[in-house]
Amino acid sequence: MKAFAQRHRGLLILAACIALLPLGVQNDYHYDVLINAGLNAIVVVGLNLLIGYAGQISLGHAAFFGLGAYASAILTTTYGWHSLAAMGAGMAGVGVLAYVVARPILRLKGHYLAMATLGIGVIISIVLNTEAQVTGGPDGMSAEPFSVFGFAFQSEKSWYWLVGGCLLASVWLATNLINSPIGRALRALHGAEVGARVVGIDTTHYKVLIFVISAVFASFAGSLFAHHTPTVTPSILGFIKSVEFVVMAVFGGMASVLGSVVGAFIMTLLPNVLASIEDFEPIILGAIMMGTMIFMPKGLVPTIAKKLRRKEAP
Amino acid sequence: MRGLKTIAGLAVAGCALALSWTAQAAEPVRIGAFLAVTGPASFLGEPEKKTLEMYVDRLNKQGGVQGRKIELTVYDDGGAPDKAATFAKRLIQSDNVDIIIGGTTTGTSMAAIKIVEPAGVPFISLAGGIDIIEPVKKWVFKTPHTDRMAAEKVFADLQKRGLTKVALISENAGFGKSGHDQSLKVAGNYGIEIVADEVYSPKDPDVTAQLTKIKNTPGVQAIFNFGFGQGPAIVTKNTKQLGITQPLYQSHGVASKDYIRLSGDAADGVRLPAAGLVIADQLAATDPQKPVVSAFKKEYEEAFKSEVSTFAGHAYDGLQMALAAIMRAGSSDKAKVRDEIEKTSGYVGTGGIVSMSPTDHMGLNLSAFHMVEIAKGDWKMVD
Amino acid sequence: MFESTLQFILAGLTSGAIYALVGLGFTIIYNASHVINFAQGEFIVIGGMSTVALTAAGLPLPLAIVLATVVTMVVGMALARFAIQPAKDADVVALIIITIGASIFLRGIVQLVFGKDIHSLPPFSGETPLNLMGATLMPQSLWVMGISAGLILVMAWFFNATLAGKAMLATAYNSLAARLMGVDTKWVLLSAFALSAFLGAVGGIVVTPITFVSYESGIMLGLKGFSAAVLGGLGNGIGAVAGGLILGVVEAMSAGYISSAYKDAIAFVIILVVLVARPNGLFGKKGIDRV
Repeated sequence: MKAFAQRHRGLLILAACIALLPLGVQNDYHYDVLINAGLNAIVVVGLNLLIGYAGQISLGHAAFFGLGAYASAILTTTYGWHSLAAMGAGMAGVGVLAYVVARPILRLKGHYLAMATLGIGVIISIVLNTEAQVTGGPDGMSAEPFSVFGFAFQSEKSWYWLVGGCLLASVWLATNLINSPIGRALRALHGAEVGARVVGIDTTHYKVLIFVISAVFASFAGSLFAHHTPTVTPSILGFIKSVEFVVMAVFGGMASVLGSVVGAFIMTLLPNVLASIEDFEPIILGAIMMGTMIFMPKGLVPTIAKKLRRKEAP
Repeated sequence: MRGLKTIAGLAVAGCALALSWTAQAAEPVRIGAFLAVTGPASFLGEPEKKTLEMYVDRLNKQGGVQGRKIELTVYDDGGAPDKAATFAKRLIQSDNVDIIIGGTTTGTSMAAIKIVEPAGVPFISLAGGIDIIEPVKKWVFKTPHTDRMAAEKVFADLQKRGLTKVALISENAGFGKSGHDQSLKVAGNYGIEIVADEVYSPKDPDVTAQLTKIKNTPGVQAIFNFGFGQGPAIVTKNTKQLGITQPLYQSHGVASKDYIRLSGDAADGVRLPAAGLVIADQLAATDPQKPVVSAFKKEYEEAFKSEVSTFAGHAYDGLQMALAAIMRAGSSDKAKVRDEIEKTSGYVGTGGIVSMSPTDHMGLNLSAFHMVEIAKGDWKMVD
Repeated sequence: MFESTLQFILAGLTSGAIYALVGLGFTIIYNASHVINFAQGEFIVIGGMSTVALTAAGLPLPLAIVLATVVTMVVGMALARFAIQPAKDADVVALIIITIGASIFLRGIVQLVFGKDIHSLPPFSGETPLNLMGATLMPQSLWVMGISAGLILVMAWFFNATLAGKAMLATAYNSLAARLMGVDTKWVLLSAFALSAFLGAVGGIVVTPITFVSYESGIMLGLKGFSAAVLGGLGNGIGAVAGGLILGVVEAMSAGYISSAYKDAIAFVIILVVLVARPNGLFGKKGIDRV
């Protein structure tokens, strides 16, 4: 038990936060913001495996999020599927797609990889925007309510607990993955890819694996998003949204699962807080992004954690 | 004794305070709005926001509605439907608004409908898409003409000129796409055949490739462009560059002087359907809309030193109808206000004369549109 | 048939020259610092918008152009000094976030200072289309192409024949070694941003009569410019220009012969295919990883 507590300290902190947050919630709008923050956090926890641990960038992850959302919307509405089946189909489809594209493009490095992932995202978003008979075009479409074993999630409160649970599960999965042999191989890969290859690690294999996993995380969150909002339009998988996900990951802290969650929460809450001074919103947002990266290039959580540790040690 | 006096004094003061408190505490009328103040539709959302703020401010200075102040909350959704949905929730749950005006684009309005319908809050949309009010939704109304009406007006004009083969070029974003679909739907009713169908992206720097294809399509008698922002101006300039001589029609999405300014000479001869507001000074003196649109135009242009646009007019109409309904209802009770909006009859607005009914939550007909032609950098009323 | 093909090519070259100009801006900064400056599109907007505002204020066009260019260069140097230099040791992703943050920040400022209207400038030499074997071209497109070509020549000369240019290349290649050799690397970074901002401002001014300018124009232009620079091979000026022109022509040809709805998607598919075949772009040198 103690070992579990030690190993999953972050998970326990997060669980406590999720349990306590509703005390400060006054209405459904607050729940709505928290739910969206939680959904973003699931995407970012997955994306951070790719960026923080495998050292690969993706400027196209919103596309996987969007594909998951559209899979759920189309399959439940047009074809009358059960929402869980639609979600599963979306995750499987996105996984296969990610696998197919990952092999060739993960050979690319740095900005070239950024370009390739960005390109894939743009292509997918154009297809969804154009094939209006299936997707509803620029105005999008809506999804049926989400239900599990006969319980339909309608109230914001029930959604909060659902997303909170899903977020905890995602964090638990990601933590386990990092502490597994795969995680160790990944870290070797981030440090020095050539070195890793020399000592016999099949680097491409691991990169592809982690790319697929992070894409499936995004698809999962996208499905939930589609049922919750419940309107799905091409704007949720644009280039800007992809950038937002990366910003959340880097802002909170690369290679930090808890950092991903913190980054996602802050960057989701911030625009809502700034909404009342909308003329200055982009200026403040831009300044915060620049400031954090200049003064805390490792991101919020790792920098603060380091400071705390230094204080603890005499 | 002295103590008693003090107590009495305090009591009087307290009563006075309590009285003034109740007088002041007449709850304000809360109006919420979510608009595309930034993003690709800021062209529309910005004047809408300015209009709402100006008139709410002015009314408050005059004492508000029925002695109650008006409290306006505006959020910028950037044209993104998911943000619009969140802001609709925020307006209803957090800001406790009595009525919502807004939704600059069809996409954001449709997303908000999912929120306002179950919540039971009256909602007046400022977007064009016909899906907003068809089928009729209990709590949802809209002020602008539909894109279908714009297409019908254009096709009717083409029919009058004996032109039947039309090339369609539209923007592949919300407004253009919806207009494109409606155009295809109603073309047949006017004996119009769509012989070419091209699209462009909102930020494309050049559309001569698409227009060359149209130029090479045999039999094209007219070109109809559906879009807003900079795209239609580029289409107009490129049409002239290619020496295309067939008449060019635009939608009501470009009914602002900005379009003429950006297109320059190339805009000469372009026709488009527009609301009375655009040609306020050319309306016949007997036109019932004339005083309304002239006054609004003057007030807006004096306040902001920029040309009034139809979009500002949509917001003006929405606000006026909402306030009139609140006054008729005698309170801001949501259900009563909704009923009163539905009973709006003979309201003379900037977009036309509005008469709503339980089966028509827009209340405008084609007579609200004028066909205008651009000549020497200005509008000229055709009919 | 031939006429329309020619028209498609001319349309593509018009857009392509614009993308190329933006791509060149990316290249200069990349060459000096290995930073991809996602705020490059904002330089174009600031150049274009300032010119519009200054002429509207009554200044003659030439003076407005000079002032707008200076303003943009100051913004560029401020960006280098206050955002890039302090973060010099951050890794690639952090630098990407900083420049994206900068682009959001600058967009906010532009929106506040100049408003949200779309503006245009009068074309430099009239609006009579030039006729070329049945196809037409606006004179302004020639200006864009000519200025792009001129700037490439100037840049090639600068990087290969001047001490300052060589110092920049040396800094990018190995910052520490360059410093030991007496290169003031801080100065290199500042001048690279100034140069790139200059390019952006000039680009914004010549392009505005064709595409117009608004506070939001930078997003699309930045994206296309980045694509052009990557397609051609990062750090290679000729590559950026070739990348931009190819991108423009592919888009126009796709719109003309395949589908106008899918033209942008087709362009990106081609970029992906090129990158898979040549991971460092068309003209890029193969990088060597150090352990």
